[in-house]
Amino acid sequence: MIDYSAPLRDMQFILDELAGLEEIAGLPGCEDASADLVSAVLEEAGKFASGVLAPINPVGDRQGCRLEEGRVITPDGWQEAYDQFRDAGWVGLSLPQEHGGQGLPKLVSTPVWEMWFSTNMAFAMLPQLNVGQTEAMMIAASEEQKSTWLEKIVSGEWAATMNLTEPQAGSDLAATRMRAESAADGAYRLFGQKIYISYGEHELTPNIVHLVLARLPDAPPGVKGLSLFLVPKYLLDERGEPGEKNDIRCISIEHKMGIHGSPTCTLSYGDSDGALGYLVGEPHQGLATMFVMMNDARFNVGVQGVALGERAYQAALDYARERVQGRDIVTGEAGKPILIHPDVKRMLVSMRARLMAMRGLLYTAAGWFDVARHHPEAEVADKYRRYVDLLMPVAKGWCTEVGNDLCDEAIQVFGGMGFVEETGVAQLFRDARIITIYEGTTGIQANDLLGRKILREEGATLRELIADVRETTARLDAHQRLGDLAEPLHDQATLLEEITDWLLDHKADTADLYAGAVPLLHLLGIACGAWQMARLALAADARLAGDDGDSDYLEGLVEQARFYMATQAPQAMAHGHTLRHAGPVLTRLNDSAL
Amino acid sequence: MKVLVAVKRVIDYNVKIRVKPDHSDVDLTNVKMAMNPFCEIAVEEAVRLKEKGVATEIVAVTIGPKAAQEQLRTALALGADRAIHVETDERVESLGAAKALAKLVEEEQPGLVILGKQAIDSDNNQTGQMLAALTGLPQGTFASAVNVEGDKVQVTREVDGGLQTVELTLPAIVTTDLRLNEPRYAKLPDIMKAKKKPLDVKSPADLGISVGSRVKLLKVEPPAERQGGVKVGSVDELVDKLKNEAKVL
Repeated sequence: MIDYSAPLRDMQFILDELAGLEEIAGLPGCEDASADLVSAVLEEAGKFASGVLAPINPVGDRQGCRLEEGRVITPDGWQEAYDQFRDAGWVGLSLPQEHGGQGLPKLVSTPVWEMWFSTNMAFAMLPQLNVGQTEAMMIAASEEQKSTWLEKIVSGEWAATMNLTEPQAGSDLAATRMRAESAADGAYRLFGQKIYISYGEHELTPNIVHLVLARLPDAPPGVKGLSLFLVPKYLLDERGEPGEKNDIRCISIEHKMGIHGSPTCTLSYGDSDGALGYLVGEPHQGLATMFVMMNDARFNVGVQGVALGERAYQAALDYARERVQGRDIVTGEAGKPILIHPDVKRMLVSMRARLMAMRGLLYTAAGWFDVARHHPEAEVADKYRRYVDLLMPVAKGWCTEVGNDLCDEAIQVFGGMGFVEETGVAQLFRDARIITIYEGTTGIQANDLLGRKILREEGATLRELIADVRETTARLDAHQRLGDLAEPLHDQATLLEEITDWLLDHKADTADLYAGAVPLLHLLGIACGAWQMARLALAADARLAGDDGDSDYLEGLVEQARFYMATQAPQAMAHGHTLRHAGPVLTRLNDSAL
Repeated sequence: MKVLVAVKRVIDYNVKIRVKPDHSDVDLTNVKMAMNPFCEIAVEEAVRLKEKGVATEIVAVTIGPKAAQEQLRTALALGADRAIHVETDERVESLGAAKALAKLVEEEQPGLVILGKQAIDSDNNQTGQMLAALTGLPQGTFASAVNVEGDKVQVTREVDGGLQTVELTLPAIVTTDLRLNEPRYAKLPDIMKAKKKPLDVKSPADLGISVGSRVKLLKVEPPAERQGGVKVGSVDELVDKLKNEAKVL
């Protein structure tokens, strides 16, 4: 596959024009994120991603991981790459300065993570766990726990995991059985089995810190009885260094369709006298903390969608420019690359437009995260907190679905060579397949969107968001050159309003509504994408008018917005139709007919 | 010992070069720029000398437009202690650069000056040599190994037909070849600290020189597009074509 080249220009454009990097850098606590620093960070991350992570990505895919007598062996090159990654300080990019991180805003870390995922998702999952674990510890851990563990997690000296799933408890964590019993010194002993633990065991770091959901003896049933425990692979000795091995065993690793370089472990806790662990936060409050970690992970999985899509797009574009086949449909000329075929070009433009739409949404949302966290005015912070909450399932659900579509389409551009493993796009397709599943399937995201994020608050935040979309349509209405984008965006806003009303009117028809939850998620994703593409076109046009920059590039962005409106936006209407009409049929249809 | 390292802002080596439609120059509008790869090797060598305890201070220097400060910040992130920017919007050629560097050598009195052997934009391979001439210092060009001992530096040079090792008395000028070292990646905390390291801006006039161009650029042409080849059926046919079509035999 061709070398990865970080899409720095696209990233920078969206950071500056859509996500408001300058405003974010003006927030208290975000002052480091000056324009020159951010471009230096992105530049270096791009170099590292293509120079260190990309070359070992196919190696990880081919070799996979092995379990030998309880030891997990990661692919060749993983150790060296991890050492470099950790030493370069990338783990702590967005993590708190008081624990050794660099404390840069999420808006800055988002494009960086995109680069890691583009070049080697199986590898990048490892440090990603440190980020999620730090976020969870910052919320729930005691000061003593933070000072004992966080510095080494933030630096990446030790690795992190999250342990939720059990054989009978997947999407439904209420079924969790793992139990914790009181031990000496306020510690606990844990017993049970966890499955699907990414990087649950390996020797890349001298210790692994597991965060584990388990039940205390007096726990109420269901999700309200889950507590969170920190359980290290090696217990710490009196000097705080890894000492005695804890009672945790990796009993198998999964043979998977993709992300072969990431060991997916089954961990058995307490085969002897119980794995020693420490309660993090209050008893029975574990799920709330885990959801903090989960929220961060969900957003990052959304970023994986755009990341894999970008890599697939770069490969497909390169191939379409090189591969000579067929005749020009207009001139009849032979010997031209397949990019001249309108259908091939359609696929590539469509990929690019969706990448920009997803990136627009994700980076904008990352900026909202930072505003929610750092804005001095509570009202502003609260508004963007609600925006983040509303769109988190969309960022995860929609971007991962579209990411899969892009990897699929890249294979189509390659034709037979895409089905052959050596071109590398097949790996992207296989790797991408997990992202609509882990950290909550698309169905789970859609239910969350419909139930918790829309119905529970009577669509209040969604209506606020629609008002913001209307502000963009108003700018388009008044625009001399981009007036043609106004109508399609109006249509999206109107559709969103109609759907919000319709959902609230049909609140009582629970089964019908939930049958349409995934179409609703797609609808909202496409509409938010249309909104971002309209903003992108406005920003590109403004720069064109100021004669600032590369006119080919900027005009291209405007045309991509038009193409998005012509191809993607109408699909929101179709999803709206499905939402309104498919539910009752589905509810009526007897299961025996299947 | 103080080490002076010169770095140049050039078009990124990954970028496909385009020529301006009027052939007046290479088109640099919105093109990604980066530190010249040979200069990266020079910075790396200086940093290694500092890590070995040979160098005590590394001063990175560039001559060019304001934007060239990005490359100085890169050098600072990689381990330079401070930077000097000789700011000019003129097109700087080898002699202009060498004159500016000669003045800075006079001011800074470094024990060693390390430069890339050439820059990948104009590929002149002159600045180091000119600097040696202007300062009267000994030079070791195309270095593939640099070893400082006492007041001497041994420089292994990649020359036609093999390697040549020369010993120079410090202070001296060294220019780097590709195989001298493999530059490291900058660390994130160092990128952040680089912002706070001192960066001194001077004009050519401050140094009492002019860096203005002495060479007139007449025309830039992209390399001719390669024509597709033909497959020959036999050695005889090949010989025939070489004789009669290519007329090289």
